[in-house]
Amino acid sequence: MDYLLTKEQLLARELFRTFAEKEVKPLAQRVDEEEYFPYETVEKMAKLGMLGIPFPKELGGAGGDYLTYVMAVEELGRVCGTTSIILSAHTSLCCDPIYRFGTSEQKEKYLKPLARGEKLGAFALTEPNAGSDAGNQQTVAKLDGDFYILNGSKIFITNGGTADVFIIFAMTDKSKGTRGISAFIVEKGFEGFKVGKVEEKMGIRGSSTTELIFEDCRVPKENLLGSEGMGFKIALQTLDGGRIGVGAQALGIAQGAIDEVLKYVKERKQFGKSIGAFQGLQWYIADMITETEAARLLVYNAAMKKDRGILTSADAAMAKKYASDVAMKVTTQAVQIFGGYGYTKDYPVERMMRDAKITQIYEGTNEVQKMVIAGQYIR
Amino acid sequence: MKIIVFAKQVPDTTEVKVDPIKGTLIRDGVKSIMNPEDKNALEAALQLKESHNATVTVITMGPPAAEAILRESLAMGADEAYLITDSLYAGADTLVTSMILAEAAKLVGYDLILTGRQAIDGDTAQVGIEIAEHLGIPVVAYATDISISGDSVVVKREIDNRVEVISTKLPCAITCSKDMNTPRYMNLYDLFGCYSKEIKILNNSVLNFDKTKVGLVGSPTKVRRTFTKGPKGEGKVFQGDVEESVEKVMNVFAEVLNIH
Amino acid sequence: MIMVFCQQDDGNLHRVGLELLSKAVELAKDIDAKVTAVTVGSDISHLATTLTQYGADRVILVKSELLEMYNSDLYTKALSEVVEKEKPEIFLIGATQLGRELGPRLAARLKTGLTADCTHLEIDKETKLLLMTRPAFGGNLMATIVCPNHRPQMATVRPGIFEPHTSDTVKSAEIVEYTPSISFEDARIVVEEFFEKVREDLDITQAQVIVSGGRGVGSAEGFEKLRELANLLGGTLAGSRAAVDNGWIDKDRQVGQTGKVVKPKLYIAIGISGAIQHLAGIQEGTYIVAINKDADAPIMKIADLGIVGDWQPIVNGLIKKLSKKASKEDDYEMARS
Repeated sequence: MDYLLTKEQLLARELFRTFAEKEVKPLAQRVDEEEYFPYETVEKMAKLGMLGIPFPKELGGAGGDYLTYVMAVEELGRVCGTTSIILSAHTSLCCDPIYRFGTSEQKEKYLKPLARGEKLGAFALTEPNAGSDAGNQQTVAKLDGDFYILNGSKIFITNGGTADVFIIFAMTDKSKGTRGISAFIVEKGFEGFKVGKVEEKMGIRGSSTTELIFEDCRVPKENLLGSEGMGFKIALQTLDGGRIGVGAQALGIAQGAIDEVLKYVKERKQFGKSIGAFQGLQWYIADMITETEAARLLVYNAAMKKDRGILTSADAAMAKKYASDVAMKVTTQAVQIFGGYGYTKDYPVERMMRDAKITQIYEGTNEVQKMVIAGQYIR
Repeated sequence: MKIIVFAKQVPDTTEVKVDPIKGTLIRDGVKSIMNPEDKNALEAALQLKESHNATVTVITMGPPAAEAILRESLAMGADEAYLITDSLYAGADTLVTSMILAEAAKLVGYDLILTGRQAIDGDTAQVGIEIAEHLGIPVVAYATDISISGDSVVVKREIDNRVEVISTKLPCAITCSKDMNTPRYMNLYDLFGCYSKEIKILNNSVLNFDKTKVGLVGSPTKVRRTFTKGPKGEGKVFQGDVEESVEKVMNVFAEVLNIH
Repeated sequence: MIMVFCQQDDGNLHRVGLELLSKAVELAKDIDAKVTAVTVGSDISHLATTLTQYGADRVILVKSELLEMYNSDLYTKALSEVVEKEKPEIFLIGATQLGRELGPRLAARLKTGLTADCTHLEIDKETKLLLMTRPAFGGNLMATIVCPNHRPQMATVRPGIFEPHTSDTVKSAEIVEYTPSISFEDARIVVEEFFEKVREDLDITQAQVIVSGGRGVGSAEGFEKLRELANLLGGTLAGSRAAVDNGWIDKDRQVGQTGKVVKPKLYIAIGISGAIQHLAGIQEGTYIVAINKDADAPIMKIADLGIVGDWQPIVNGLIKKLSKKASKEDDYEMARS
C-alpha cells in the first residue's frame, strides 16, 4: 500500500504509530476496564492537530486529507478501539457536516474550535424507534421566533457525555417524511438539553455512549445546518464519511490483533517448538493477514475517492462492512490462537474481540450496508 | 537569536542484531532514526524558539537519505534545515566531522549551538564539544537545563556525581542530555507542507576543504578492525554448591557491570 | 612518553587515574617509554607520592589557585600547554564524565585524534601504535582504533577496567611543578554553584541493574534481602505479578505484560518461573541471571545464566562478597587521602 502514499502521508503515519504506541496503548487496558474516557489523550491529539486532520488550516484544521485522517483512526484502533472511535465520531460525524454544509459563520463559530481540538464533537441520529429505520425520527423541532424548540431523545450517541458540540437531527415537518428532517448544531449547555442514561457496553468501553434528552430545548435559528428538510441528506452523506472511519477503526483493531498474534506465536512454545512453526496456525495467520490487507485496500480506496470527490455510498458501505467483518473474524481467531490465555485479561486480544463487535453494528449495521450496496447496483 | 541544532541519523541500535555466523552487525531492516539526544537538543531549541523568538536551524551530515531526520525536524517545528553531504566526507572521525560541522556553522551563522550529548551508534560524546573548540566558543556538556536572558546563559548540568550550575555567554555550545526534556512529537500543522520546504545542501564545493584534510583520509584515527563479542550462546544452566553458584554470578557482575 | 591525566578532587585522587598509571607502566615496556602522571589543581603537592607509588616515573603538578576546582576552559588551556611542551606519544584520560568533556576539548585544540571510552589497550607489535578498543552500537560491536600520524595518541578509558597496583620496589620519580599561563579571563564559563547529586529510588524502566523477585522469594522480608543486593549493585528492585499480588512489592515495580517493560543491562530474576507474560516485560539485549529451585522453569531456558538452587544462601553470599568490596574501596579512599 505504501506506494500509494505521499511522503507526508508516510511521515504522518509514523507520527500516529509512535503516538499510539507511546501515549494510547499504555492506557488501553484502563480505558477498557474502568470505562475511562481518555481526556488526556484527546488533549494531546488536539495539540498535534489530530482533531482536524482533513480540514483547511484557515478553518483550524491541519490541512491534510481524508486518507491521512483514516490512517490516524487505523493506527489508534490498532492499540485502543475506544480512542479511535472518539476521533472518528468527532471528525467524520461532527466536523465534516459543518465543513460541508455549514455557513461561514457556523464554520467560524463551531468548526474552528472543533478542528483545533478545543471542543469535541458528536452526532445524534439514532432514536429508540429510529435505528436502521433512521428516517422514522420522533424528535421534533418547531420554529418559535428566533429559536427552534427541540423535543425528543436520542440513544447510543458516541461522545454523548463528553462532547461540546452536537449535530442533532429532528423533524421540522412530519408530513414530508424523510424530507421533513432537519439538522441542527446544538451546544452542550443549551437550555432544555441534557445527557441521559450512560450505556454500559461490551466493548469500546471507555467511549462515552449516552442518551440525549431534549425538553423544549432552545436552539438559535442560525444553528440550523443547511436548510429545513435537508437533514436526511446531510445524515446520509455524513454517514458515508463516518463509515470509512468505522472501517478504519475495524482495520486497526484487526491489525492490532495480528500484531499480538505474530508476537505470541514466536514466543509461545508447545511440543518443543514455537507454535508459529505449526502449519495449522500458519494457515489461519495467512488468512488473517490477507483479509486484513484486502480490508485496507477497500478502506483506503474509499478515503481516496472521498478526497477526490467521487465517493459513492456503496464504496463507504463496502469498506465498513468488509473491514468490520474481517475485524470480528481476525480477533476471534486471535483469541483462539492464544488459547486459554486469549480468554484472560492478561492479553489484549479478548478486548480487541469485544471492541471489534460494535464495528459490525454502529453507523449502520452490516445488514444496512448490504442494502446500501445492493441498492446502488440494482436499480 | 539564531540557534543551530546539529543532529545525526543513526540506526536504531536497540534493533541492531549480530550475525551469529559472520559476527557482523545486521543493519538490514533496522530503522534509521534521529539520534535520541539530538532530539532533546532540538526540543530545547524549539522551547527557546517559543520563549525567546529564536529561529531554529537543523544541520546534519550524512548520506542523502539523512534528509529524513531533517524533514522530521521541520515537522516538529524547526525553521530551516541543511544537509551536509559529500562523498569526500565519508569515513570522517570525530575531529574531522566536528571541523566540517564547525565550518557549516560559520557559514550559516549562530548565537547558540545545541547538540545531543552523544550518538547511540558511536557513543563518543565528542563531536559537540569539538565543534565548540574549532569555533573557539565556550561549551558546556551534559546539560539538563538551559536558561537564557540577553546574552547570558545559565546551564545546569550533571557531571559524575555532582550537579553544577554554570554561567557563560553567547555565542556558546551546549550538549544536551536526555534528562533535559521530553522531545515533542511532530505536529500535523508543521508536517503538512514540510516536504515542500527547501533543504539546503552543503557539499565540498560550498565548504571548500582540502580533499586530503577531510573524510577517511584526513581523519587522525582509523578503524583497524571491528568485531563482535561473539554470538550469545544458549543460556547456561548451572547446578552446584552455594559457593560455586555465588562465584558464577560474581563473574557475571564482573563481565556485565565491571564490578571486580 | 606516556602521559596519564590523574584527576583529583579536593586533594583526593580519582581511582581511574591510578588504574591508568598501572596500565601505562605495562604499555611503556612495549615501547620503551617513561610514564608521566599529570595532575591539575591548587593544593596537590601531597599527591606526588601516591602517583609515584602507582608507577609514575615523572609527576607533573600543574598548579594554580585558579585550578582549585574543575573548569573546562582553564583545564584545557593548562593541559594543552603541558602536552605541547612535553610532546607525549600517548595521552590517557579516565573516561569519567569530566574526562570525556576534557578529552575532546584537548584533542580538538591539539588537532589530534581521540578514541572514546576504551575498554582495552595494547601496543601493536609491528607498528608500535597504541591499539585502542572500544564498544560501539550500544555494545553490539567492538572497534579497534589506531591514530597513526597524529600525536599524542589520545584515549579516554573506562573506569574499572584495569586494576591499580603499586610498584613492588621503592620508587622515586622526578617531581615537576608547572605553573600554566592562565588568567581569570581565560575562563569563559564560571561554575556558579554545585552540589552532590541525590540518589533517588530508580524508576525500573530506567534502571541499569534490576533485582527482581517472584513467588519463590516467599515473603516481604525476602524482598528486603533483594533490595540490599540491588543497592550494592547500584540497581533497583522489581517483581513479578505474583509478588505484586502478594503485596511484597508495589505495582509500579512490576515487570511484565501487565506491568512495565524494562531494559537494564543486567536482570537478576529470583524465584521467578518466567511465565511468558513476565518475559514480555524484559527487552532483548538484557543479560538475564535466573536463580530458581526448578531447573525446568521457563526462565532457565531464556536466562544467560541459570543457577539451580535455593536463592537465600546464594543471595546472602553475593551480599557478603559485594559488601566486602565496598568496604575495601572505602579503606582505599581513606588510604589515599
